[in-house]
Amino acid sequence: MYLSREEEGIYQGEQGETLRRMMEILVALGDIYGAETLVPVRSVQIAGVSYKNIGEAGLEWISDLQGRVVVPSILNPAGMDLCRWKEMGIEEEFALKQKETIEAYRKLGVTIDCTCTPYQIYDLAGPGDHLAWSESSAVSYANSVIGARTNREGGPSALAAALVGKTALYGYHLDENRRPTYLVEVEADLQGSDYGALGFLVGRIVKDGVPFFRLPGRRPSADELKALGAAMAASGSVALYYVENVTPAPPGLWQPEETIRLGRKEIDEVYAQYPGGGADAVALGCPHCSAEELETIAGLLQGEKVQKVLWVCTARKIANAHPDQVATIEESGARVFCDTCMVVSPATERFGKMMTSSGKALVYLPGLAGVQAGIGSLKECIDVALGRR
Amino acid sequence: MEIKCHKVACGCARGPALVTGDAISFLGNVDAKTGVVVDPAHELFGQCIAGKVLIFPGGKGSTVGSYVIYQLKKRGLAPAAMINIRSEPIVAVGAIISGIPLVDRVTEETMQIKSGTLVEVDADQGRVRIFRDD
Repeated sequence: MYLSREEEGIYQGEQGETLRRMMEILVALGDIYGAETLVPVRSVQIAGVSYKNIGEAGLEWISDLQGRVVVPSILNPAGMDLCRWKEMGIEEEFALKQKETIEAYRKLGVTIDCTCTPYQIYDLAGPGDHLAWSESSAVSYANSVIGARTNREGGPSALAAALVGKTALYGYHLDENRRPTYLVEVEADLQGSDYGALGFLVGRIVKDGVPFFRLPGRRPSADELKALGAAMAASGSVALYYVENVTPAPPGLWQPEETIRLGRKEIDEVYAQYPGGGADAVALGCPHCSAEELETIAGLLQGEKVQKVLWVCTARKIANAHPDQVATIEESGARVFCDTCMVVSPATERFGKMMTSSGKALVYLPGLAGVQAGIGSLKECIDVALGRR
Repeated sequence: MEIKCHKVACGCARGPALVTGDAISFLGNVDAKTGVVVDPAHELFGQCIAGKVLIFPGGKGSTVGSYVIYQLKKRGLAPAAMINIRSEPIVAVGAIISGIPLVDRVTEETMQIKSGTLVEVDADQGRVRIFRDD
C-alpha cells in the first residue's frame, strides 16, 4: 500500500501510540482488501456503542484510547435512552456501564448523537463523498440514496478513520465495486412497510450483491428507501442498491448476473409468515423515525389510548425538534425513546413477541434479543397497540 | 527453519506453538477471563492460549472478538503472537489494538508445525522462525 510521507510518519509512531495503532488498523485492512492508498473521509459514524454488544472488553478499549477525532463523528444507537433508561426497564448496573461508554467517546471528541440515521439530523454526506460509516442501514442509505461512498466499518476501523481522518480506498469507494449485480423487477405498487418486506426478501437472495430495482408506480419516499435498504442490509449484507430513476445511477455500463421478479404475492407471503398477532409489544422506528414518521404516528394516536407497550424510537435531535408530536404520542401511553432502539437495547428481552413495521427488526429481534417478531404496516402496528387487532 | 510471511500487526515475540485447523471466533470460543478455549466443538477445547504462538487459519464470528483479544492482552492471557493463513478484519484489528504481533500469507507447511514447538514471529522482518528440538 502506498503511504504519503505524513501517513508513513504516523505509521512509524511519530504522532504517538494511539495514532500509530489506528494507522496500523487502516493499513492492515487496506492490505487485506487490496487498497492502494488511503482516502480522506468527510464524516464517520461509529458502531460499538451499545454496552450490550461491546461489553466490558469494548468499553476497556475505548476508555484506554488517547486522542481526538479530526472529522465530524457521531455514534450508533446505545443500549438505552440516555435520559429515560429507568422507564425502559434498564438495570442500574447496565446504565452505569452504558454511560461510561458514552463518556469515553465524548472524551475522544465524538458528537454524542446516538442514531442509525445520521443523515436525518446532520449534513454529513453528499454525492461522491468518501465516508467511514458503520451502521449497515446508514451505510446503505449513504451509498444508495445519497450517492456517497462507504464500506461497512467495524467499531475500531471507524474510530481509526475518525482519529486519522482517512480510510483505506477499497470496496464501495471504487466504481468497479458499485455496479449492479442483480436486476430486481417488482410487479407491485408498494407502500410503507412493503419496502421493508421487499428488502427482507431481496437481501436473502442477493446476499452481498448490488441489486438494481425497477419499481412501478409512485416514487418511493426517503423513509421507504431507508426501510428497503435497512432490511436488505439485515437479511443479506447489501451495502448498495439502485432504484431506477430514483437513486443516483450506477457508474458506467453494467450487466446483471441474474434477474429476480417479485410481486404482491411474495410480499404478502412475508406478512403471512410473520404475523403480528400475539405480540405483547409494538416497536416503531427501525431505522430511527424521521420527522415525517413521527408526525404520521402522532396523527394515528391522537386522542387514543394504547393497550400494549408501544415504543417509538428516534434520534434525540428529531424528538427535541418536534415536541408537539412527541407529546401527542406520549399522551396515548406510548413512549418515544431516543438514542436507542428495540434491536440494541437489552430492555427488549423481557418481551415474548414484538410487532414492528420494519424488515430489519424482523431479522434481528429473534437473534439479538431472543424475541419473536411479526411485521405489519404502520397502521396495523398501531391497531395492535390500541388493542383493535 | 525460516518461513516468509506478511506483517499484519507489528512486533516480534516467541513462544510454544499452539496449532489448529479450525478458525477461531474469539467471542464465544475463548474465555476472556482465563484464556482457555471453552467451546467443546473447537479442536483446541480446554487448552489455554496465553503466551502461545497461536497458529490458525483465521478468525470468524462477531466483530466483538477484536475487543476480546484486547481484554486477554490486558489480563496477561493473550497469545504471544499469532499466525494466520489469511487474516481477516476481526483478528487483524484485535491484534493491532492489543499490540500482539500477527502475520499471515504463510505456506501450508506452517500448519504442520507441532504444538509445543518453539516458534518466533518477527512481523517487522516478515519472518517466522521454527526452532527444532535437536
